[in-house]
Amino acid sequence: MSDLARETAGKIPPAMTPTGRWRIDLKTAGPLVALIILVIIGYSLNPLFLSEGNISNLLTRSAFIGIIAVGATFVITAGGIDLSVGSMAAFIAGMMIIIMNAAADTFGISLVTVLIGAGCSVILGIGAGFINGFMTTKGRIEAFIVTLGTMGIYRSLVTYFANGGTLSLQSPVRDIYRPVYYDAIFGIPIPVLVFVLVAIAGWILMNRTVFGRYCMAIGSNEAVARYSAIKVDRVKTTTYILQGLCVSLATIIYVPRLGSASSATGVLWELEAIAAVIIGGTMLKGGFGRVGGTVIGALILTAIANILNLTDIISNYLNGAVQGVIIIVAVYLQRANISARRKPRT
Amino acid sequence: MMTEGTPQAASAILSAERVSKSFGEVPVLFSIDFDIKPGEVHAVVGENGAGKSTLMKILSGLEPPTSGVIRFEGHTGALPPDGQAEGLGIVVIHQELNLAEHLTVTESIFLGREWTRHGFLRRADMRDEAARILDLLHMHIDVTARIKDLPIADRQMVEIARAISRDARVLIMDEPTAVLSVTESEALFEQIARLRQSGVAIVFISHKLDEVKRLADRVTVLRDGQLIATVDATNLSADAIAQMMVGRELSNLYPPKKEPDADAPVVFAVQNLSTPGVHDISFTLRQGEILGFAGLIGSGRTAALEASVGLTAPDTGTVTLKGETVNFKNVADALAKGLVYMTKDRKGKGLLLNMGLRPNLTLFTLSRHVKNLFLDDRSETGALNRAMRRFDIRARDSSVNVGQLSGGNQQKLLLGKTMEADPDIIIIDEPTRGIDVGTKQQLYHIIAALAAEGKSIIVISSEMQEIIGLCHRVMVMREGQIAGTLEGAEISEHNIVRYAAGLGPKGTGHNERLSA
Repeated sequence: MSDLARETAGKIPPAMTPTGRWRIDLKTAGPLVALIILVIIGYSLNPLFLSEGNISNLLTRSAFIGIIAVGATFVITAGGIDLSVGSMAAFIAGMMIIIMNAAADTFGISLVTVLIGAGCSVILGIGAGFINGFMTTKGRIEAFIVTLGTMGIYRSLVTYFANGGTLSLQSPVRDIYRPVYYDAIFGIPIPVLVFVLVAIAGWILMNRTVFGRYCMAIGSNEAVARYSAIKVDRVKTTTYILQGLCVSLATIIYVPRLGSASSATGVLWELEAIAAVIIGGTMLKGGFGRVGGTVIGALILTAIANILNLTDIISNYLNGAVQGVIIIVAVYLQRANISARRKPRT
Repeated sequence: MMTEGTPQAASAILSAERVSKSFGEVPVLFSIDFDIKPGEVHAVVGENGAGKSTLMKILSGLEPPTSGVIRFEGHTGALPPDGQAEGLGIVVIHQELNLAEHLTVTESIFLGREWTRHGFLRRADMRDEAARILDLLHMHIDVTARIKDLPIADRQMVEIARAISRDARVLIMDEPTAVLSVTESEALFEQIARLRQSGVAIVFISHKLDEVKRLADRVTVLRDGQLIATVDATNLSADAIAQMMVGRELSNLYPPKKEPDADAPVVFAVQNLSTPGVHDISFTLRQGEILGFAGLIGSGRTAALEASVGLTAPDTGTVTLKGETVNFKNVADALAKGLVYMTKDRKGKGLLLNMGLRPNLTLFTLSRHVKNLFLDDRSETGALNRAMRRFDIRARDSSVNVGQLSGGNQQKLLLGKTMEADPDIIIIDEPTRGIDVGTKQQLYHIIAALAAEGKSIIVISSEMQEIIGLCHRVMVMREGQIAGTLEGAEISEHNIVRYAAGLGPKGTGHNERLSA
């Protein structure tokens, strides 16, 4: 994380205060500190919170939002936004189920069927991401508008294919597919493993490659990026494709959980993903992205829901309200940090 | 709170006494005494980072002083914050244009003190008044036009009109002429004279010492946050002011010209290029040459050269690079062929102000710092250390955000970023806009040295002296066309102005041809 710390150090002149370095660490670690506090609260309210089963459950649940949020970190860092991810996940889940049910008739109940489903998911995710990216860059339509549109389209399509009800995976296929959600490798649930791999890949991509640097440059000032020989449209489109890919991975893990998809699948995931990104310290207006923070943001959101489930202090129905408060507080703290910086002089 | 006090200098309307300012632990002003009298133009000069803008912010209440006293009309005490000092008659024209892009000219001029009747806007009255003020400035700007559709010089004039319309008693202008052409500046000076006549106290910040010499009654020189002197302008030559600013003698602002070899090949040629605002222009650039593009702001210089490097798509025209016809689709294509363009808008298009020096320096050529697919920290840091030495970029430390550097250091960083590409042909748009004379001298020497090394350079500049002092050959543009070419001894202020104004050189009969 040394580079991450250095990026942050650039935000505050170390000469500002003798304790500047400590403050920087605190700022980078802000979301982590919040998560630790949350864990302590959770444990003190109900010791079961830290039981192996609950932790495993919490991490597995956070994987969907987390994986999608890693993709969203790139989109937001490059100055974009993708509101369509929840609907996209529902649509891809629906299509996977339809395709696997059809493939089961041809290829029988086999691994091939599942692989075909997964392959189609990846293709659909990349394709959907490309459409979002293409329309925002070449079509010169604002990302908010484009993805608001595709959000409605995908949600409506899955409702249409499910005929207003639920699309269900044939149960023999589901039996083969089940382990992807429920099994563990070396004691780590597969969804968590995938989440960890996606997060590591995302962190490297953001902080150690030309692509990540270009995302930050574009989000920071698109004109500067264009004058600096960066192919802005291509980079922005790629962020949406990455986002689509992340959605498809999350869906591949999600489908075996319930083995079904309906118009209620993935509702509000886009907002949870964006919330995870923002809580993690990425700026909504772009230019500064933190994949590590996003992972912690996703864990915070899941932990809140989990704690409310385990205790009776606040009704479970107020989950959204608590999350909402956390998001606003997180952004307020970021804002306070920005204004505390020394203003430039000429 | 304003409290009664004995006026120290009977005639001063606004004064600062022993004013100091620190940002955090960084001191930027040290015990400055400054005052301004009604009916006086008081110029403030100094290099970038000398503290001029900070002093102006303190005088207008935008920043509180860390210590010291501000006295307004004999009252001491804090000025109201956040620009509310406008209500007292202290009006500031900022260096960075502060106009909302989507408002109309009238709306901008009246922003914050709209004329109303029974709660409704008196739109027609305000339009008439806006037109009247712009007329005073000899500006023919449509008062219903949106700010975003105006060229930058017009925006500056709207900002000036806005200040004039406020019945200012103290008018503070931070580099008002930086983006104005000669005629526009003249109109402004006329208004400054009129306002001075009517008793307005005017503070005037400028890097253009001839203007200072001409307009100011008194001159205050700041250097590194210290007050160097406040003197009567009549007793002072522009050279003497410049020396006080930099604290050393500026003997050779421009390096000696070294003409390119007579048989130097043409490395860059543009033929019949047209693009919005540019009509059918052609020019050539030889190896080792510094070619100047002079002309008024808005004469199409930037548009023409941006179209030649692939930033915009030209409507017609061919670009030839080292004998090969090229068709650049974007900046990366031009970069690959060794042609780079350095923008004049270093804050809006040149640098990422909220990032550090290192990512800014390497952004243009980031792919050269990749090792095994990953960015190589060491290689990037090495490049930064080299560039900081080569271009004398001064930062408190290399982790500060670029937005916190002075204009001069930003400009040197931008040049460093451009030169990272190791280009053969460099187009530099306004190399020294808004930077101090010491840094200017450095930049001129760097540019001349690059040409002497065999690089070919195009300099676009609205500063006539710069064009004359630096360039081997000059194209003068006017209304999107090349009005004339000057070479050697012909390069003079007189000839450039004649071409830029649409007149040919005397007695050559160019007149008829140009006006056709």
